Amino acid sequence: MANFGYSLTKSSRIDLNNRNIEKWNRLVELEPDVLKCMACGSCTASCTAGKFTKTSLRSAILYLQNGQEKEALEYIQSCLLCGKCFMVCPRAINTRHLLLSISKIYSNR
Amino acid sequence: MNNNVIIIGGGPCGLEASAQLHQMGYNVILVEREPQLGGHLAKWDRLFPEGIKAKEVLDQLIANINGVKYFLNTEVKSINQLDKEYNVILSNGITILATAVLMASGFDLFPAEKKEEYGYGIYDKVITNADLENYFNTGKDRRITAAPKRIGFVHCVGSRDEKAGNRYCSKVCCATAVKQACEAKEAFPDAEVFCFYMDLRMFGRGYEDLYLRAQKEYGVRFIRGRVSEVAEDINSQLIVKAEDTLSGKPIKVTLDLLVLMAGMTNCQAGVKVANMLSLKKDDDGFFTCKDSILHLQQSDKKGIFYAGACTGPKTLPDTLHEARAAAIAIHNYFKERK
Ligand code: SF4
Ligand code: SF4
Ligand code: SF4
Repeated sequence: MANFGYSLTKSSRIDLNNRNIEKWNRLVELEPDVLKCMACGSCTASCTAGKFTKTSLRSAILYLQNGQEKEALEYIQSCLLCGKCFMVCPRAINTRHLLLSISKIYSNR
Repeated sequence: MNNNVIIIGGGPCGLEASAQLHQMGYNVILVEREPQLGGHLAKWDRLFPEGIKAKEVLDQLIANINGVKYFLNTEVKSINQLDKEYNVILSNGITILATAVLMASGFDLFPAEKKEEYGYGIYDKVITNADLENYFNTGKDRRITAAPKRIGFVHCVGSRDEKAGNRYCSKVCCATAVKQACEAKEAFPDAEVFCFYMDLRMFGRGYEDLYLRAQKEYGVRFIRGRVSEVAEDINSQLIVKAEDTLSGKPIKVTLDLLVLMAGMTNCQAGVKVANMLSLKKDDDGFFTCKDSILHLQQSDKKGIFYAGACTGPKTLPDTLHEARAAAIAIHNYFKERK
């Protein structure tokens, strides 16, 4: 490709029209409680891995809802499955179980 | 001293106050400018949080005023303070001397067309909370044709918005939006439903449960961000832009129906009456209570009382409490004057 000395940045806008929510729907079927998340951030605040890595279950849930699978998985790839987030979640979501289900449905490993 | 109390406004507030004062033995005259009693409640379908039918509540309130004199299609033409009472002339030619006057004039819905960027009255698929209630009630709205596939709710329309002239929160529209989002999902099970909110104010008993149900049972998607603009494409679908503030990214979605949660403003017809008496208003346009904790039902003028949304946004139960509190305040006023 010719080099014009500049490049276009991909739009960072979330487009809810064209998101692929097929996997999200499967996740909801397996883990209906994921819908209860109210984005309070308690899980992220007390996450064991979060101090050192970009780990945030709240963000992962949000990005999955928005159909941004790749970004979502980045937020939980360093998760240690310690279950601390389960203890603090005010909506009593079994977050550890949820994390396992997310990796079952979304990971291609 | 006469036994007359004139109540201005025949919505739920005026009805409840009438029933209470009538039972206490006062001679109540209820004045309503519309052709029927009930105010906004008469146009609503169901009530949050449980979804009780508005009509059932209204029928009960009307049954309770049994024996109260009321005038429909009637406005206050003039009102004067005399030595010990108020001289009220109604538009039907009747003149009443009343010892106490209760302002139960309620609210007007914020005119959503004023927020031009949301396109109410411009785009075909933009409606208000009141329009949706009317649709649920009658099954008819020319703007809702085929079953919508994506429906959005915009919170805080004309509230928490200095440019709209209303800095305050209208208090009831969060719960209304969440209720209507569930109902929309019931009416159109295949639709995706989005609520665009800044804060969710689900303060009352059972409201948080309603929010949880909306998420868990109805799969309503809550997006934290105020809708900044709406545009229409050639298929008359709506392109809605907001920020998903939780991820810090702009978000865009195309909708088949957008519902604007118009807030509350002081009722202009009530303001007209209040102006004849030079009653005070706060910055927010609602009437000023004698004080904001102990004397919510009293005005700064002897014999003039307030109840309900004319002193700020209120839920229906709040309003009914105030109607009863006003009845007691008026009763005490009569006792003191004897
Ligand atoms: S289970 Fe994972 S996401 Fe939850 S606190 Fe532990 S490391 Fe963090
Ligand atoms: S703690 Fe629970 S409710 Fe709060 S953000 Fe995490 S998963 Fe959601
Ligand atoms: S109740 Fe909710 S929607 Fe209504 S003005 Fe307040 S925050 Fe906005």
